[in-house]
Amino acid sequence: MIDPAKIRKDFPILSRRVRGKPLVYLDNAATTQKPRAVIESLVSFYERHNANVHRGVHELSEEATNLVETTRAKVAALIGAKHSHCVIFTRNTTESINLVAHAWGRKFLKEGDEILLTELEHHSNLVPWQMIAQEKGVKLRFIPVAHDGTLDVDSARRLLSPRTKLIAFSALSNALGSVSPIEKILAMARSIGATTLIDAAQWAPHRPIDVRAWGCDFLAFSAHKMLGPTGIGVLYGKEEILDAMNPFLGGGDMIRQVFLDHSTYNVLPYKFEAGTPNIADAAAFDAAIDYLQGVGFDEIERHERALLGRALSVLGSMSEVEIYGPKDLDRQACLVSFNIAGLHPHDASTAIDLEGIAVRAGHHCCQPLMAKLKIPGTVRASFYLYNTLEEVDRLAVAVSKAARFFKKEEAIA
Amino acid sequence: MAEGDSELQDLYRDVLLDYFKSATHKGEIAEADIHSHGVNPVCGDEIKISASLTKDGGQESRRLARLRYTGHGCVISQASSAMMAEALEGLSVAEARELAGAFKSMMLRETTPEALPERLGEARAFEGVRKYPMRVKCATLAWNTLIEGLRAPPASAASTEFKEK
Repeated sequence: MIDPAKIRKDFPILSRRVRGKPLVYLDNAATTQKPRAVIESLVSFYERHNANVHRGVHELSEEATNLVETTRAKVAALIGAKHSHCVIFTRNTTESINLVAHAWGRKFLKEGDEILLTELEHHSNLVPWQMIAQEKGVKLRFIPVAHDGTLDVDSARRLLSPRTKLIAFSALSNALGSVSPIEKILAMARSIGATTLIDAAQWAPHRPIDVRAWGCDFLAFSAHKMLGPTGIGVLYGKEEILDAMNPFLGGGDMIRQVFLDHSTYNVLPYKFEAGTPNIADAAAFDAAIDYLQGVGFDEIERHERALLGRALSVLGSMSEVEIYGPKDLDRQACLVSFNIAGLHPHDASTAIDLEGIAVRAGHHCCQPLMAKLKIPGTVRASFYLYNTLEEVDRLAVAVSKAARFFKKEEAIA
Repeated sequence: MAEGDSELQDLYRDVLLDYFKSATHKGEIAEADIHSHGVNPVCGDEIKISASLTKDGGQESRRLARLRYTGHGCVISQASSAMMAEALEGLSVAEARELAGAFKSMMLRETTPEALPERLGEARAFEGVRKYPMRVKCATLAWNTLIEGLRAPPASAASTEFKEK
């Protein structure tokens, strides 16, 4: 069993006060806080090992290179990848998806091809495909979202055709917390031979991944949403596909030989890592993975289930609160999205912030989904391993206080 | 009264909540001389300002005969729109632009609320918003949208866009 009191001691920021009250951090879907081990790893890198990678033959360069490669091997093991070189470091999930859109999409998509996405994608798994679709004359189609925030995969079968070249989808919705039927979508893709990309930005921090069991072609996520530093993201790709792709950015490190008129390219993963990489953050990401594995994903899931269960029950019991999404612990995870009747999510979240509670308000980079739900946005509380049931209760108190304040003022209809 | 309530009350003063509820200047003028559309991509707030101008005089001295807004947004952006429409209706293009500038300067802490011209007396109620930099843009959206609209030559009835960064 997770003991949040013990875990919280490892996160220096959680002892902070905000607006005169103890911080309640419920914006974990945006970014997570960092344990001391990650912070110390960053400091230690700059104090003891700082050098560029893959270039110098000196001791420090070798140490820095080893640190980055150790993290790469750990990421590969974490997600069940067969080879470390199938793990490409990027800046974040967005860059990972853009890498695929450019380096795979430009080479393999042709006019008349189709890409199947879903209506609940984060803009990062939508806009890159819009850009490539416009450039190549490719058509985008969308797996519809039902009103409870779940994907209607059965009705999506009629959207499939021999022209469907890629299915790209989020494993867990950042806006509603709905869990996608991952295996079902992947099986559907296999039946027509489509390439697959999983946006695991929200999934990777909370649930185990096995890319070989899933059989996905690409998978993308970010370190900063799983206790790691900002500025380091991961793209996993199947070896044969990565090999066949064009490079992404050109420059140092990604080349084998350079002539004035042409170049040959480096092997995986360096073919996709042009220029000096984010060495310190890659090195410190290692400590974040150690921390998560030390706690264990089973334990994390059990704890988050308890937090979400409490949130759904206390917020769900308030007549003035409307919750979006499945509202079912088997189909929803890690976060709850809601509105207070008649109140704009920004006003609600400002009132909640005044209680020292950090939540996110707005469209959550999912404007098409908000349009479909016919709401300007939601208030989102997202949980992680260091949150407590008491914090969920404090959120509920803040929500009811906000509802009372604006009702009393009769600002709301 | 709880501590949080006093902070809430300082931010959402009664004047703001009254303007938020007011429908006096809500609407869209079909045959308007000025149409301007403002968006705050951070929160998705959207506002449409339309105004009809009097015919006399040069562009700068024509008056905002009617000023209306529609759109959706938070209490702060809606209240600010309503207050702006009330305060600036009847003024000349030049005067409206100047007052919009004065309101923005106050919100950006370049000037004090006391320094606001008397016509914008009610706008002093937005003082509490200045403590929350993320919300200042909610208060200035309507004013920036209007300033964009005033930039276009009114005769052309061109539609303008304001996009918050």
